[in-house]
Order: sequence, then structure tokens, then C-alpha cells
Amino acid sequence: MAEIRYIDAINQAHHEEMAQDARVLVLGEDVGRKGGVFGATMGLVEKFGEDRVIDTPLAESSIAGVAIGMACNGLLPIAEFQFADFIHPAFNQIVSEAARMRYRSNGVYGCPVVFRAPYGGSHGTALYHSQSIEAFYAHVPGLKVVAPSTPYDAKGMLKAAIRDPDPVLFLEHKRMYRIVRGEVPDGDYTVPIGPAAVRRPGRDLSLFAYGWMLSESLAAAEEMAREGIEVEVVDIRTLAPLDTATILKSVAKTNRALIVYEDNQFLGYGAEIAARIAEEAFFDLDAPVMRLAGPDVPGIPFAKPLEEWFSISRGKIAASIRTLAAY
Amino acid sequence: MTQWTRQTQSTRETPRRKGGGVVSAEAQAVPGGKTTVEARHRALGLSDQDVLEMYYYIALARALDDRMWVLQRAGKAMFVISGPGHEGCQVAAMWPMDKKQDWFVPFYRSVAACLVKGMTVTDMLLGLFARATDPSSGGRQMPGHYGHPRFKILSTSSPVGTQYPHAVGIAYASKLRRTGEVTMVSIGEGGTSQGDWHEALNFAAIHKCPVLLIVENNELAISVPLRKQMAVPSVAVRAAGYGMPGVTADGSDVLECYRVAKEAYDRAKRGEGPTLIEYRVPRLGSHSSDDQQERYRSREELEQVRKRDPLLTFRAYLERVGLLNESTLKDIAERIRRDIDTATDEADRAPLPQPDTATRHLFFEGE
Ligand SMILES: Cc1ncc(C[n+]2csc(CCOP(=O)(O)OP(=O)(O)O)c2C)c(N)n1
Repeated sequence: MAEIRYIDAINQAHHEEMAQDARVLVLGEDVGRKGGVFGATMGLVEKFGEDRVIDTPLAESSIAGVAIGMACNGLLPIAEFQFADFIHPAFNQIVSEAARMRYRSNGVYGCPVVFRAPYGGSHGTALYHSQSIEAFYAHVPGLKVVAPSTPYDAKGMLKAAIRDPDPVLFLEHKRMYRIVRGEVPDGDYTVPIGPAAVRRPGRDLSLFAYGWMLSESLAAAEEMAREGIEVEVVDIRTLAPLDTATILKSVAKTNRALIVYEDNQFLGYGAEIAARIAEEAFFDLDAPVMRLAGPDVPGIPFAKPLEEWFSISRGKIAASIRTLAAY
Repeated sequence: MTQWTRQTQSTRETPRRKGGGVVSAEAQAVPGGKTTVEARHRALGLSDQDVLEMYYYIALARALDDRMWVLQRAGKAMFVISGPGHEGCQVAAMWPMDKKQDWFVPFYRSVAACLVKGMTVTDMLLGLFARATDPSSGGRQMPGHYGHPRFKILSTSSPVGTQYPHAVGIAYASKLRRTGEVTMVSIGEGGTSQGDWHEALNFAAIHKCPVLLIVENNELAISVPLRKQMAVPSVAVRAAGYGMPGVTADGSDVLECYRVAKEAYDRAKRGEGPTLIEYRVPRLGSHSSDDQQERYRSREELEQVRKRDPLLTFRAYLERVGLLNESTLKDIAERIRRDIDTATDEADRAPLPQPDTATRHLFFEGE
């Protein structure tokens, strides 16, 4: 097993799935010759040709809409949005069309599209190259939303998403692409869409996170262990449908819940986790459910001090853990 | 300003006038001519049987339409949206298509087109009554949202314009998979203002997708007139901006509608890519059962528009070439009425969907 980067895991999944199934194809901006602005589709056009690796016009709604049509006619398209920030023109196609196709046709038409989108803040990404968009889409019945947090899951869940008969929004936190490394087998495997994963067992409090926030949370948990606080870190790698059972089981064990997400706090994804715990695990709780999320401003501001002010670092997570543990 | 508007107005009407109105040159040349006339339809490769069937579908769609409105007025249906005035071009455009192999991506006016593609009157009334066995959506969608997997009619949604990229994606898949399928998609002229429409044309042209891009231009989007929808004289001229041919045909001239569709179909089959087809059609009724067109259309306008009814113009043609007469027309009308009566009863008797099925088919449930 080789240790590879998150982006390489994504790239491998593309290569393997396209090689083993002629129905799989990729469309998006710069996915061909350039191999994607982050390199996710590197080497595909050389191997599979321009008909299956389509450099589309710069028009996101049709990237989604054309992919939907392809999916209805026997193909398994992977539609890449260059940045999650620019997926919004395709909102209508994803929400009104892809997510509803099966329901509205009473089960006769399916829509097996994977919508891939690099999301989240990295250094200097500012208001329009850093957005967390998961809450908008996880809200929508009929759409699966995943945000894998390790290279192993990135490859396995992308393969699962491609083979899934329903539409999947596949979110990749762009900060992870080159920083996060992990063991990934060369051959074929999938990681099922649905189950959450306990990444670090602990007795004192449960921390729920996904994407880059999972990495930062694990680092914070290590730091807290040195202070004697044992944090259970749960990876919510599938945002919809949500694995509530794993969340409740963890809270029943630790009696405290902290949810960490990078999106701004108000009505963000963590609100749903908080609500479920409040509704279904109220008597397990020794402290109020706590959220650590981005501030309620329209995005991550560019200048370094502003960016630092916004960003959820392991230091901020550690501070929240201390507060909740002491409650 | 007034001057400019007037000019645009007159340019706009040119294509329709050019279309030659409703009477074929051949038939006109021999007034009262019967079977001896070298009929226009034969020159287009249509048999007598073809045109009689085409007429049947136009008349069937109209009668079904009338029935749906009656049922709505009688409180048997909540809502109707349909296509009176659009039937001629729909039947004509669908005629070259392979009913089993080719794809159709409809919109809410596509009653006649869906009938030709294979849906039955009962299928459509099951949708009107929101019955569990409605093949389009099992009673989940409002009436007029057609879809049928067996006839490769894609499921319809409500947001205007979204269907265009779908059709292009379907056509791209046909090309990649070398299935030989052709796709036809329809929309109103108001829908052409949507970004999706433009994005779809651009993509289709770049990849030479085998697709017929139909616009049924009735010069109204609910109440908004054509001149407030676009500053160009016709939808078809836009084709040039995407690098594909665009044609306009008079929707009251059913044979001309067929001719342009057949040409576009053959182009698509030959791998030469998409064609934008604009049909200028009359909207004979209100936008839907929730609309009162008298509030924004004058009596004169409504009178004018009725003269362009494709049912009447096509009937006149068939009478002129001796294929229809009073007694055959009566037979057809009788047969249609009986079929619609039977279908209405059948659909009415069908069960409503059960509430415990409402959570089904959110995701794939297995074959
Ligand atoms: C995106 C969107 N906006 C508004 C509506 C409401 N609406 C339904 S039909 C319609 C008019 C459509 O006009 P046109 O495309 O010209 O077709 P026509 O109904 O005249 O055949 C409108 C505004 C809608 N369904 N979808």
C-alpha cells in the first residue's frame, strides 16, 4: 500500500473507473489538457480521449444539465465544478432536476451523476474560492452529499459515488489535496456512502467533523490528550443521508457533543447534527451541544489577519474542547 | 421609439407571411381539385395514410384538450395546461421520429407530440386525475408534466428551460454510444430567454449533437408579448450565433412543419448536428386553467388567432386534395369521442396513490 496525497486518490479513482467502465466520462472546465486546475483529472484525456474527457464551455448550469441528460441515457458522468463557489449557477439543475428525477418519475428515471466540487478555504482563497456549500445541498431530498476526509475514503467513496444509481455531490476540501496523505491500496475497493466513522475513540466528549475540519480536529484531539481530555472524533463523511445512529451512540458514551464546521454558523450543516442530538439524546447530555463554526460573514476575507480571524484552526478547536469538557 | 417598435413588429411578421399562409400552392392552383391534384404531401414523401393519421392525431389531441378543460371546469381535475393551436407543428415534428428508438424531451404543451410518440389518452388522463398508475409520475406532479420510459419521453419538471441541456446530454450520449438515436426537445419562446436554453444550444453545436431543438413560438409567455421577450425578429435567427442552422415555419402549415423537421432529422441522422426549429403557432386558449387571457388579449386578436388554427387549415388541405369529406370527418370525430369517453372512464376508475407510498423512490430501490 502506498502513501499518497488526497488529490492522487481522487485521480486514481477516475483512472480506474474510466478504465473498467466505458460508460464513465468526465466533463467540466479545464478537465482535459490541463487535467483540472487542481489536477484531479490529470492524464485522463490522454488515455480516454476527448469524447470521454470533455472540456466544456464555461457554463456551469449546462455542465450539470448536460450531465443529467447523459445519465438518463446510459452514461455515468462525473461533472467537475472548478470551485464549489461556482456551482451556484447549476443549483437549479442539481436541485430541481437531478435530485428530483427519480422521485418525480415515480422511480422510472434515475440520474446517476457525480457532481464534484472543491470547497472550503485554503490560504488566500478569499470570498469566492473558499465557500462551504454543503448546507444548501444536504438540505435537498434525493441528493446524496459526501465529504470524504482521508485519501482512502476519497478514492473509495468516489468509486462508490460513480457506481451509485443516484446523484451524488462529492465535496473535496481543497486544503486537503496536497497536505493530507494516507495509505491507499492500488486496486479496486469502495467505501460505502452512508456510514460515519469513529476516527479516534475517547470518553470525555464527542467531536463531529468532516473534510479538512476532521484533520484539524484530530490534531486538536491529540493535543488535548496530553492535557488528559480524551476526545472521540467522529468523521461525518456522508452528510446526506446522515448516519444518526453513530452520532447518538457516541454521545451516549461521552455525554458531550461538539460540532466543528467551516461554513458560517447560521443554519450551517452542524445545526442539523445539533438538532438531532437535542431531539434524540437529550437525557444523555451533561452539557449543551456546542458548535464551533465560521463567523456569519459572507466568506473568508482575503487579507491575512482577516483570514486568520475567520479560519477554524486546531487552536480554536482545542479551546472549544477545553470549554466543553469543563462545563 | 414608436418608429423602432413598429419596424421590429413588421419584421417579426415576415416569416409567417412568407410561409405562404395556410393554403398550399398546388391545391390553390387547381381550385376544387380532388385526387387528380399532385398533392403537396406526396412530394414530401408522405403517403395519404400518413397525412390522414397526422390529421387524426391533431384532432385527437384537440379533442382530448377540450375534454381536459371540461373536466377541470366540472371539478374533476385541479388544473389543466395544454397546447391548443400547437398540435399541428407537434405532430408534424414528431412524424419523422422513430417512436421506439428516438428520444423526446417535452414541455407542458406537448400533448399532441406525446400522443404521437406513443402515450395513450388514458395515460394522459391518469396524469390529469393524479392517479397512482399515471405513467408520468404516479400522481406526484401537476398535470402536463409528461414522461414515459417505454416511449423514451423524459420526465418533465416545471422550471422553464432546464429540459434543453438534458436533451443535449441525451443526444451526446447517443453519439458517444453510437446508438443512432435522435432527440427532440420542445419549449416556448419565453423559455428561450433562460440561460439554460443558450447554454444548451452552444454545447449542442460544439459537439454536433443529434438533436432537434424546437421552439413553439406563440408570441406570448403567459401575458408577456414577444417584443418584450427578445429584440430579434425571430427565435430562429439566433441559431447563427451558435453555429447551427435555424429555420422558421408557420405552425398552421402542417406540411411545411413536417418538411423542416424531416430535413433537421435527416441532418441529425447524418451526424451533421443540431437544428433550431421555430414554429410560429397560435395560442388558442388561456395559458392554463388558472389564467384568463381576455384580461390581456383583445377580442380582435383572439379572432385573428383562431384563423390560424392548424386543425382547420390541415382539414381544409385534406378536403381539397380529396382525402377527407364530411362523412369521413364525422367518422373520425365519432371514433375520437368514443375513445376519449372510454379513456376518461378508465382513468377515473383508477385508484389514487396511497400516502404510505409518498416516501418511495427517493433513491433507487432495486430492479
Ligand atoms: C423558471 C420558471 N419561471 C417561471 C415559470 C412560470 N411560467 C410557467 S410557463 C410560463 C410562460 C412560458 O412561456 P413560453 O415559454 O413562451 O411558453 P408558452 O407557455 O407560451 O407555450 C411561465 C412564466 C416557470 N415555470 N419556470
